[in-house]
Amino acid sequence: MNDMDPSLVGANPAEHRLSYFNGTQRKVLVTDSEVPYPDGKLIVSRTDTLGIITQCNQAFIDMSGYAASEILGQPHCLLRHPDMPKAAYADLWATVSSGRKWHGYVKNLRKDGAYYWVHAVVVPNVRDGKIVGYTSVRRKPSRSKVSEALAMYAEMKVKEGV
Amino acid sequence: MTINLTISPDFSPAKIPSWHIFNTWLQRSTGESIHLILFDSFAQQRQAIAEDKIDLIYANPYDAAMLVREKGFVALAHPGGLTDEAIVVVAANSPVQGVEDLLPGIRVASTADPDVNMMGMIMLEPADLCQNNVQSETCTSYTLVAKQLLSGNADVGILPARAFDGLSAMVKNSLRPLVRSEISVVRHMLLIGPKAMASLASLREAILGMDKDEKGAVILNDLGFAAWEASSQEDVEFMIDLVDTLVDQ
Repeated sequence: MNDMDPSLVGANPAEHRLSYFNGTQRKVLVTDSEVPYPDGKLIVSRTDTLGIITQCNQAFIDMSGYAASEILGQPHCLLRHPDMPKAAYADLWATVSSGRKWHGYVKNLRKDGAYYWVHAVVVPNVRDGKIVGYTSVRRKPSRSKVSEALAMYAEMKVKEGV
Repeated sequence: MTINLTISPDFSPAKIPSWHIFNTWLQRSTGESIHLILFDSFAQQRQAIAEDKIDLIYANPYDAAMLVREKGFVALAHPGGLTDEAIVVVAANSPVQGVEDLLPGIRVASTADPDVNMMGMIMLEPADLCQNNVQSETCTSYTLVAKQLLSGNADVGILPARAFDGLSAMVKNSLRPLVRSEISVVRHMLLIGPKAMASLASLREAILGMDKDEKGAVILNDLGFAAWEASSQEDVEFMIDLVDTLVDQ
């Protein structure tokens, strides 16, 4: 079983500027080090309808590298990796905000600049007929699915002109 | 009215007397007339639920969505500190060292326990395995899952972690865990149906105070947990959302 070892073997830090849909930007540190997804665990988080994190489990904290106090109240795009195409997130939000389940393979960014791949499933939390938030559960992906996602996202990034 | 109580069919047969004693204790504590009905299979239990024959149920999390969202059941309580976890095991002498060594076509032995099977299959996903590319064999007991592995009739077994931990040392030493889930938020829950809602307050008071009653505490110990904890409706709604993320897309 993996031990959530955050060590950065072969790290090659670079600073990236991320732009968000609402026009805001932030600088993030990115390295080429992957942290393996721990066997048997699920990363669980909940957000409000605006994507602000309201709840997360210990696996989320361990894998993200942030303290709980740094995560709660922050937008979920805190984990967005610059290698992920904007269109993937646009598809996610369009799907779940229309009341449907979304799933996909996502490269997430850790606080220390390393990354980890997940198989993510997001569902809307419907209460009394209204969407009141979203639950996201991430699990360990197969390497073949990660390879497929890598190729697809690289192509999408080219189309996005990045 | 008589309240029909049932227990998720994945309970250990050794616990049957304890559930009957629980039922007797609950009747005496509340003054309600409660009838315990045990089913041999999830299919039989779901049929009874569909026919509105069940009023109180210790439910498998996999069935919670149907009970709450289709049948109007309400969360009452859950066993404190007890969550549902699964374990994927192979025979001790198997050449398989990790999940990623497993190949399509393998024979997977499990029981009909829906949430444990769901969690077990998720743990096989890193090897690109799913229900469509494995040979599934449903056994009638956890012991038979172990026997299928030991006799070479199955390559992998999926068990509730608690059932694996409860196997004899000899059987356990003949098996080797590949991966154990650490999900922590999926659990059985006690749910009450619409017809029994008039009894909600008395049932809740008795159940949440059961650990403080001398006889109640003994029964809880026999059932395998120390106390019932109150469940809010949002607790069960959250678990339903979570299980929804785990079932097939």
